[in-house]
Amino acid sequence: MNRLLNRLFLGAIALFMASPIIILLGVSVNAEKRLAFPPQGFSLRWYLELWNDAGWHSAISNSLLIASLAALLATSIAAPLAYGLWRRRSVWLRIFHAFGVAPFVLPPVITALGLLSFWIAVGGYGAFYSVVISHGVFLVTLPLVTITLGLDAVNKEDLEAAETLGADAAARLRTIILPQVIPYAISGAAFAFVLSLNEYIIAYMVAGFTVETLPIKIFNSLRYGYTPAMTAVAIVFAFVTALVFGLIGYFGDLPRLLGAWKSKDDS
Amino acid sequence: MSAPVLNAQQTPAAAVEGFSRSETVTLAWPMIMLSVFFVIPFGTMLAVSFFERVPGGFFEPGFTLDSYARFIDPFFFKSLGMTMMIAGSASLLCLILAVPFTWTLTRMRHHHRVLWLVALLSILSLSEVIIGFSWSLLLSRSTGIGNILVWLGIENRAPKLSPGLGAVLTGLCYLGFPYAVLVLFPQLSRLDPTLHEAARMLGASPRRAFMNVVLPNIAKALVAAFIMVFVFTLGAYLIPQLLGKPQQWTLPVLIADQALFQSNLPFAAAMSIFLLGVSLSLVVCVGWLGRSSQARIEDQSTTQSTTQSAAS
Repeated sequence: MNRLLNRLFLGAIALFMASPIIILLGVSVNAEKRLAFPPQGFSLRWYLELWNDAGWHSAISNSLLIASLAALLATSIAAPLAYGLWRRRSVWLRIFHAFGVAPFVLPPVITALGLLSFWIAVGGYGAFYSVVISHGVFLVTLPLVTITLGLDAVNKEDLEAAETLGADAAARLRTIILPQVIPYAISGAAFAFVLSLNEYIIAYMVAGFTVETLPIKIFNSLRYGYTPAMTAVAIVFAFVTALVFGLIGYFGDLPRLLGAWKSKDDS
Repeated sequence: MSAPVLNAQQTPAAAVEGFSRSETVTLAWPMIMLSVFFVIPFGTMLAVSFFERVPGGFFEPGFTLDSYARFIDPFFFKSLGMTMMIAGSASLLCLILAVPFTWTLTRMRHHHRVLWLVALLSILSLSEVIIGFSWSLLLSRSTGIGNILVWLGIENRAPKLSPGLGAVLTGLCYLGFPYAVLVLFPQLSRLDPTLHEAARMLGASPRRAFMNVVLPNIAKALVAAFIMVFVFTLGAYLIPQLLGKPQQWTLPVLIADQALFQSNLPFAAAMSIFLLGVSLSLVVCVGWLGRSSQARIEDQSTTQSTTQSAAS
């Protein structure tokens, strides 16, 4: 009885989580240029349009380029900070750690407006690089958290052993720390990549009228004329997102990354 | 010339105390980036909130409290009240769903749990545009779930469920649910599993064991999770716009509207500073709650070890 209730509850949650995806999938295969569900006819022309239409094409390449560069930037900022804090808990580093985490915890519109006033003041408003830097700084939190977790997992006894055997700091970093931490850094960069891909408000405030990223393009086409191509692009994006997390889940230890202890022991 | 200094810094004792020169250079990068692109923008925003508005343009440097004075407007109070009500009810709904779900999640087998986590993370990072858009389809008259009622013969015509308050809450709930689960996940994973087992051994039903034993132990974590989800849904920008009527526009929507379409950056900045104050004080509360509950766990473990040593 309890088991059944449990199954029903999980099923209901799964349905709740899946229903938007199901409807998007249904609308995206419509044969006519209508937002109809259940779909009328079946065709993949809207997926082809994404590839052929210059507008969607440039929005997709903008988003992919911004997300890759921002993920690299975020990781390059987070890695030394996490390493420094792991080596030594200085007050300054802790303050900068808080700066790295803050934009992610606060409502993003605040960061967006701060960056808008900043870029207007220094003259980068509307530029492509402004979006990259803004996203990079906004998403520092994710690699910062994952790299910190990775460093915590490094065995201190191994380090002491290496030191006794004469390895200097650089050699210890290269042979012991980096091999263990790099998977965590990659997960962090992947998290940042996916979130940048889907981020709207900061990109919109910083350069919404000049650099059209995919979420901005979807929102604009929502306002100025519906087309099933929007649902097709949403499906492609949801798929890319799920793929990235699926890979992290497959190669990494997702429960540990998300804060559960000893997740490997009870599997 | 500096070689002896460098050598001195590389002795093991010094390596613990301070950083070598190359390390200091690497540390400068995050510090410079975060100062220039995080601290300075916040400073700029604070400054702009005191600037004078220039109709038609952006702003003019100066010092005036005009933008803050606009808070006394009944319109602002009404939208603030609406924002708090929407974020509050949405986060409550999220937690009601997320607590039993996360509890089940922590007790699943490893690969089932990873599958669920992948799904949750994917939904969490799904763009708000996509979530808002698909729910507007789901709640619309032509393509929506209302058509199931027509199909079942309960209604003649599918109801139009969006835009409206119910649609905004549904959308926010969808947005906040994975976040709530991920906030609760570490807390519930680290909970001592023997606690629940002990209650079960003593004859409590699973539900009663959960309600009477597990729940009181995670009460603080729940309050903290509620606040985190509250701040998260408070930040939603597109869902209130896509699924709500103008009455349901929340503070972030108004901020963006003032900044981009009314060209009143000083007022937008002042509202932003206000929102920053509210969310920052809430987050500080969470930190405080976390620290005191950690202290409690440590207290318990010391009591346990003293009882154990007394018993032996």
